[in-house]
Order: sequence, then structure tokens, then C-alpha cells
Amino acid sequence: MTFPLTLLPAGDAALVAELGDAIDPDLNDAVQALDAALAAAAPAGLVETVPTYRSLLVHYDPCLTDAETLGAQLRDLARGLDQAARAAGRRWFLPVCFGGDLGEDLGFVADRTGRTMNEVAALHCAADYRVYMLGFSPGFAYLGGLPAELHLPRRENPRLSTPAGSIMQGGAQAAVSPMVMPSGWHLLGQTPVRTFDLRRDRPFLLAPGDRLRFQAIDRDRFAALSALAEAGALMPESEAL
Amino acid sequence: MTAGLKVVAAGPLSTIQDGGRHGYQRYGVSVAGAFDPLYLAAANALVGNPPGEGAVELTMTGDAYEVAADGLRLAVAGDFALTIDGEAAAPWRSHTLARGQVVRIGAARSGLRGYLAVAGGFALVPQLGSVATHLRNRLGGLDGGRLKAGDLLPLSLAQAPAGGDRVLDPGLLPRRGSALRVVLGPQDSHFGPDDIAAFLDGAWTIGRESDRMGCRLEGPVIGHAKGFNIISDGIPLGAVQVPGSGQPIILLPDRQTAGGYPKIACVIAPDVAALAQIGPGAVIRFTAIGADAALAAHRAFRQAIAGLPTLVRPAGAELDSERLLSLNLVDGMVDAINPPEDV
Repeated sequence: MTFPLTLLPAGDAALVAELGDAIDPDLNDAVQALDAALAAAAPAGLVETVPTYRSLLVHYDPCLTDAETLGAQLRDLARGLDQAARAAGRRWFLPVCFGGDLGEDLGFVADRTGRTMNEVAALHCAADYRVYMLGFSPGFAYLGGLPAELHLPRRENPRLSTPAGSIMQGGAQAAVSPMVMPSGWHLLGQTPVRTFDLRRDRPFLLAPGDRLRFQAIDRDRFAALSALAEAGALMPESEAL
Repeated sequence: MTAGLKVVAAGPLSTIQDGGRHGYQRYGVSVAGAFDPLYLAAANALVGNPPGEGAVELTMTGDAYEVAADGLRLAVAGDFALTIDGEAAAPWRSHTLARGQVVRIGAARSGLRGYLAVAGGFALVPQLGSVATHLRNRLGGLDGGRLKAGDLLPLSLAQAPAGGDRVLDPGLLPRRGSALRVVLGPQDSHFGPDDIAAFLDGAWTIGRESDRMGCRLEGPVIGHAKGFNIISDGIPLGAVQVPGSGQPIILLPDRQTAGGYPKIACVIAPDVAALAQIGPGAVIRFTAIGADAALAAHRAFRQAIAGLPTLVRPAGAELDSERLLSLNLVDGMVDAINPPEDV
């Protein structure tokens, strides 16, 4: 399947390279592939890109290039693109302590989906999540691949504050949240892993296109790993895709 | 002892800002940075800094500072009332101060935002390549927050650099029109012709809840031909998103990197900078321009910023008419930048 490129104006210093209008793994792969190709081509005046579910926002310096030139370069890249080519991402294994005060909505999600809390946690651990995009706050990862039997509307009353490291779900999506923030999503548990840590050479653990698996841990293990994370010494396991 | 500028009393919203945190939007990190890059660059030009050096962004009312260094040169760009040790002092001019001197920056007499720059810049540790403060993300500045009384802003220079003070006539800066120029899109196709006409013809009042993330507008309700949810995509500076309420929001330096409301148009960067000087309650309008005009306007704006150092003159040697008359040099001279009407 190929996704046709549409270029849209986005002011005086950006343009949108849109490949579709859906939340779809193949479409997201195509966005990642175009992003990687653009980074490799490094045309003059390219400032940065924001890959999303279905489009690439391309920020450029209008003193060094213009939308027409950059648009022609994007069209050339899209023509020669293997849209199925996967960027060199990683699959991360994140330890998660589900339920209790670390995941206040696990019981609610279990009730609403007619399962036990253990079953809900097991479904989350069986899923192979895709990082569709990062946004909303630094390192906040929008995950696709939430099992259909767990899809639930968001909370009626969003919380003004949710803890850092929360694993949450809302609608058809799941997320890992790196910092304290307001949210209307259901809180399932917490990971001791800091997905955003300025002390690291690589402050952001997750990149668009990465995969993610949760591994259930108990409260004692959570406490031990949290101490390691506090000391800046916790790096989760990962493998090349 | 660290050379510093001590905050004695803080204004309502004073933050460290620079040219912005670029390169991390793909990770969800907002750009932040000066709302008005022209005024930031002007303050920096007055003290001999590069245009995007970190400075204090003042909002409505400034702060009071005490010099905790052997010496210091500072300047305020923006029409703010200013005193040094209780004596009235001028903005748009650098001042060389000694240890213990107190600078009080009062209310903006016109405009809304100004910048306090110090020669050599503040010795702050960049986070993700920038010292720009983003309050919600707790990034930049001293501790990710706004300035507060008792803060000590560390200085890169232990004393004022050699050379005299300098002035900049704000009348020489590019004029700012009342209508903000927009390029339609990226989601203008989500709106009907009547909705786009309502957007371009409307008089829009800047709402009270506006902040550095978004300028909320009140005016005619804009409908959506295709609903008000889109699948999240990236948000450029100046994007005008129209949520379900039909009341547009102009997205500003602290905006989120991506979002799910259709964007009818984008305000061009020079006019986002102009918006920094327009406060809640004021009325604005939009005017649509094409890609070529947007490109030309952007380049002219950047050239104006790059040219600021050439507009800066030594203080005390201003080419005021009285002095020229006394030198008997005025005959036949024409002001090339602001020619009289009858020339």
C-alpha cells in the first residue's frame, strides 16, 4: 500500500507533508520512512521535523530555503521511498507496577471490561505497543496497539495532576507519561523508568517508531528500581527492531 | 563570589527567554523563547550581545534588581518606566552600573512586553540547547520557573565590558500594522467559504485567558465544514486553531508541539512578534497573504533583526537637532529614514 504525499502550507516557516488521515501502523511507518529520508538528505534550511500519526511537520529557515524548493525535495524523496522501510528503532521493555496507589483506575478498567485486575495487566503486558508519536509534553509517548477488549472512553472528570511514570489508557490508545501533568486518561500503573531524564546523554528514551512492551513487577521491585532511577542508574532492556 | 543580578522584587511574569529550544519538538518539547524576537534582539544589540542571547522577558510590569557584581551593563528594550537608584532612566539605552545600584523597572507605558539584557549574557546552563523558560515543562531559566524575589541571576562577565553606553531609537524599528498577516492552511479545507470569510472579516478581541501558549480570541463563531477533530498533527508557530467553540486560538512560543484541532491559517512570524505587544481587550484583524509575500515579509523581518547593531549609536552623541544646529551642519540634510512629508 502506498500513501500519496500532500503538501500543505503552514505559515512562513513550516509546511506539512501529509501522507494520510488515519491512525494506522502502515501509514505511520510511511511517515517514519519519509522523516528518515529527509534527515538523510538534509536539504539546506531544514530546521527540524515533527512526525505524527499521519504527517510530518517540516520546520525550515525561510532565509535559507522556501516552501517551493523544500516541497520539490520532499516530492522527490517520496517518489523514491520504500514506505515499508522501517527506521532503525528499538523495542523497549518497561517494568510496570500495576494497580494500587500506583494505578488508581485499574479496578475501574477491570469492572468496565468485565475482567479481573490481573487480566487487565496481563493484556497490557501481552500487547506489542507502537510509539506513534511523542507530544503533549516532553517525552509523552502516544502508544497504538491497546487490545480492543480494553478500549474505554476517557474519564468524565480529568485529573489536574497525574504522577510521573504513569501508564495510562484513553479510548483506543495507551501512553507512558514522563512527568506530572493533567490527564483524563485511566491510570493503570507506574514504571520506575524515567522516559525523560536530562541527566542522560539521550534524555528521551523513546522515539517515534519504537516498540514497547510492559513487564509486570511487584511493589518491592518497583521501590528498588525507583531508587536506581533516582540515582540515574536505571536503563531498561531493549532490542533492535 | 559569583557575579550576579539579584532580583529584589519580581513582576507578575518575568522569565528568561532566548531564541528558543529548537530540535526537540519531535520529542514533545515546546520551542518557547522570546515572544517578541525583535525586541529581544534590540535589547541584546544595546549591550553588544548576539540577537538570541538569553534575557529577561518582562510582561506588563518589570522587576527590581540590585547589582551584585563589580560592575554591569544592562539595557531594556520596550517602553517601560525605569529608575536607577530612584532617578528616572531611559529604556532603549544601555546603562553601566556599579555594585549595589538598584534598577527598578515599572509598568509598560505602551506595548506589553520588554526585555532586560545584560552585557555578556546570563551564565545559565542550557537545557536541551536553550535557556528559554517553559513554565509548564519546568525547563530553562534558573529552575524552570518565573523570576521571584531573592533569585540571583548569574552573570557571564564579572564587570561591565569596556566602552561606553549605547542608544537605539525605537522609531527606527520596522513599523507594525494593526492587521496580522496570515497564510491560509494547513486545514483551511476543513472550513467553508463563509467560515473563512468570517475569520478574515471579523474583529477579534484578545481574551483575558491568553498566555504564552495561546492567544484566545473572541468574535464571530466560526463553523467547521468537516467537524472540529482532526488526527493530531504538528503545530507551527502562529497556527490559528479553531476548537469546537468556534473561537480561534493563535498558538504561540509555548504551544504544544502537536494537536488535534483544525488550523484555519497561520500568522507569520513577524506578526506573531507584533502580537507580543498587544494586550487582552485589544481588537485585532487578520489579512490573508500568499506564500511569496509571506517569504518576503519573513526575510525582511530577519534582516531587520540582523541590522539592529547598525542602528545602535553611542549614548551622549545622539544626532539630536540642537547639537547639529550648534555645529552648523544641518543645512540641506534630509532624514533618509523618516523623510518629511513635503520632500
